[in-house]
Amino acid sequence: MNVDELHIDDEIGAVGRILSDNEKKKGILIHALHTIQEDQGYLPEDVLRRLSNNLNIPLSDIYSVASFYKMFHFKPRGKKIVKVCLGTACYVRGSKHLLTTLENEFHVQNGETTEDLAMTLETVGCVGCCGLAPVSTINDEVTGEIIGDRRIEQFIQLIKNGSE
Amino acid sequence: MQSVGLNIYMAKLNNIDDLRNLRALLREASRTGKDTLKVCCGLPCSTLGSQAVARELETEAAKSGLEVEIVKTGCQGFCQRGPLLQVDPYGYFYQKVQPDKAKEIISLTCSSGLPVRDLSYRDTFLNTPKEFIRDIPFYAKQMKIALRNTGTIDPFSIHQYIAAGGYSAAEKMFSSMSPEQVLEEVKKANLRGRGGAGFPAGIKWAHTKRALGNIKMVIANGDEGDPGAFMDRSIMEGDPHSLLEGMLVCAYVIDAKYGFIYVRHEYPLAIKTLKTAIKQAEEIGLLGTNILGTGFDFTVQIREGAGAFVCGEATSLVASVEGNRGFPHARPPRVSEVGGGPWGYPANLNNVETFACVPPIIEKGADWFLGIGTQGSPGTKVFSLAGKVKHTGLVEVPMGITLREIIFDIGGGIIGNKQFKAVQTGGPSGGCIPEQYLDLPVDFDSLWKVGSIMGSGGMVVMDEDTCMVDIAKYFLSFTQAESCGKCPPCRVGTYQMLQILQRITSGEGKQGDIEELERLGHLVVAGSLCGLGKSAPNPVLTTIRYFRNEYEEHVHEKYCRANVCNIGFFMINQEECILCGLCKQACAFQAVRETRKGFFIDRDYCTKCKACYHVCPVNAVQILKKTYVRLEEELRLAPESLEFIERRRKMTLKDILESRPSEIVTITTDHTVSEAVIRMREKHVSGLFVVDEHNRLVGIFTERDIVRCVYDNISTAEKLENLIMRDIITFDPGTDVSTAISVASRKKIRHLPVVEDKTIVGMITFRDLVSYLLPEICFMADTMY
Repeated sequence: MNVDELHIDDEIGAVGRILSDNEKKKGILIHALHTIQEDQGYLPEDVLRRLSNNLNIPLSDIYSVASFYKMFHFKPRGKKIVKVCLGTACYVRGSKHLLTTLENEFHVQNGETTEDLAMTLETVGCVGCCGLAPVSTINDEVTGEIIGDRRIEQFIQLIKNGSE
Repeated sequence: MQSVGLNIYMAKLNNIDDLRNLRALLREASRTGKDTLKVCCGLPCSTLGSQAVARELETEAAKSGLEVEIVKTGCQGFCQRGPLLQVDPYGYFYQKVQPDKAKEIISLTCSSGLPVRDLSYRDTFLNTPKEFIRDIPFYAKQMKIALRNTGTIDPFSIHQYIAAGGYSAAEKMFSSMSPEQVLEEVKKANLRGRGGAGFPAGIKWAHTKRALGNIKMVIANGDEGDPGAFMDRSIMEGDPHSLLEGMLVCAYVIDAKYGFIYVRHEYPLAIKTLKTAIKQAEEIGLLGTNILGTGFDFTVQIREGAGAFVCGEATSLVASVEGNRGFPHARPPRVSEVGGGPWGYPANLNNVETFACVPPIIEKGADWFLGIGTQGSPGTKVFSLAGKVKHTGLVEVPMGITLREIIFDIGGGIIGNKQFKAVQTGGPSGGCIPEQYLDLPVDFDSLWKVGSIMGSGGMVVMDEDTCMVDIAKYFLSFTQAESCGKCPPCRVGTYQMLQILQRITSGEGKQGDIEELERLGHLVVAGSLCGLGKSAPNPVLTTIRYFRNEYEEHVHEKYCRANVCNIGFFMINQEECILCGLCKQACAFQAVRETRKGFFIDRDYCTKCKACYHVCPVNAVQILKKTYVRLEEELRLAPESLEFIERRRKMTLKDILESRPSEIVTITTDHTVSEAVIRMREKHVSGLFVVDEHNRLVGIFTERDIVRCVYDNISTAEKLENLIMRDIITFDPGTDVSTAISVASRKKIRHLPVVEDKTIVGMITFRDLVSYLLPEICFMADTMY
């Protein structure tokens, strides 16, 4: 979706028939934010300003919504986004240990990006792969059963080189 | 089957008979008797490479020239053994299928009907393989209603759904039932909401139906945020049409025109599958305007979440659908009332699994459904079985099954045959159920009675290596982070509780912390606005209820019996230690010290980070209760010097006397100074016992006395009785060395006469003490550094 060419009626779908213009514009806001983030990797301020103009929604409102949801980011993120699952099943099988190991290995804290923008380390509530706990994702590619030093080392190599 | 007359299949269905004809046609087409390979392409199996397996199977099948149909299905449940493959019509079940096995599968199974035995399931390596899916314990006790098609059909094909009996409920409903009749059926079936609280769906539908206004909505809650739960995702990814059909039935009952499916953004595959399903259903005329020529309109749209757990709560979800911050609001108005749903229109909100249960109820009738499960909770429930069980995955079981059956029969027991400790149900809103309730029949009410909830169906099994305080902290930190911050009891209360738990798990728990946790917990429950806050303290409260002793251990003894929390006392068991030195390398604080004999942990430097504990290959690093080592703590000594203390405790003056050849050199009081000097020179001693005529000790004469004589100009002919000190200090042979040393140094004496019951035992000089202690000091130094 191009911020400057919004097809509000297409995006909102059939329910648009019963909504006012403002409701429609608000209704597609989260979707628009998702699209921007998919495009840019984060939500740059200038794009949000243009979105605010085009949707006629105050910038403060847009920030209010965007900052509420965990998935929206306001800072550039790394090329590889590593998400360590901290769901219950993964936690019970030792994902905390995995997280600390990664933090030490890449010298970043949870939620931070390495200086060369190569990698962002994050946690996620549950990716729904509990059968393979503990799991992590690299750019939404799931790796499972990262348990034991050997598997952790392999996973680190996977992050660094793209192969085990 | 897609190749034959594609346009017949994709033509819009204009009436109910069209649907019937299509189904008959599809069933005819699928009755060719060819082998069907069902490759599980759910997310876990895809992670393990099932897509490559499917590709390879296709290539091999094409090469062999056999008529084989390869279906990429949704999650088949047994995720841990993935990639999974089922072969129909034989009923073979293959696990851990790798692409290089494709050729064998095609050549053995598809051409000659034989099982590939090394891919079959075995309980253990020694057991014979179980070839058929019905024999596998993981599947044997399951009963599939919500997951009836998940794992057996291709989720991207509406035709397979229809061929499997899909949209039969819609067919029956549109042809012979009024909305009221459908509602009665759902009410009678007592279908309870699968999302958590178990509120009867029929009553909710009736409530929405009664609401004023012409415009109503149906919302499916697929914001499955509970960590450890993935049943909704499996349905959305594996059988999206059953959800759509369920929503269609609901829309028909309450006369809704608009439907929304609220899906987590973390489930991209579910979004893709649902979008395809909606498109297909619209093309074929099962969604959209004038459905099956009945004049009924219903459109379904997807709304993506953006990572907010609270949006699983009804009123927050509505706010999120509208595009606002996902804040909950006070009820009433409920979502089903005017002003409560999106943009103020009444809406019926149910969980994905609830909707998926609806079509079979309409199709087979409420009585059939009532025959399954327990009286208060009919039907089945999908659980995602995870944690420390052997077989993890997705299971659907009738209500009323016991926890023991789920965990030990279906789940295959605990990994490594460890001791079961608790099972956590209901995600962050639920509670932990201890071993004593293992035989509890699982339904909404029974779980509620023991302080937990069914929740969305997450079931995380914990063994003896799981610390209950840590688990409570984990859940609370989850809810604390997810608290939207609207109301203070939840925002501040969970934070305060978390602080206390942090303190307890880091070994700084105080008297009264547990009571404070309980008090705060009840306050948060009472004062919060939405379901998230009301249930956030549940994990803490139930763990306190059932595992109070573990909390007490953490608080009072600073000990975590599961060795999870970073507390306790670290030491290296010298007998187990193989001297690999990994612990020393791992320690960032140089707390692991090396001696000539081995390694030990210096408490003063140890931060209890557990790096050494994790790295030790033979589990020689042990974490002990603090009470064990209180003595050393008092004495500020390393535990390795226990042996040393033990030895030192035994060290007395008698030991010193025995350690060297000793001779008692005496002289009577009537001798002169010069005679005494000669005696000392002869015997090579520096002090003499001076005795009277009855051989009783009266004093000692030492080198220091000679110095005094010279200094004071006393004649060497002077008798000893005029010179000697009479009030001398004597020592019992049982006196321990440290006392002797301290007395001697305080009194500035160098000769220690040892006397037992007035009998002279021997003389100990300071030099004796030094030479006796030298090896001890060396030993000590050795132990310490």
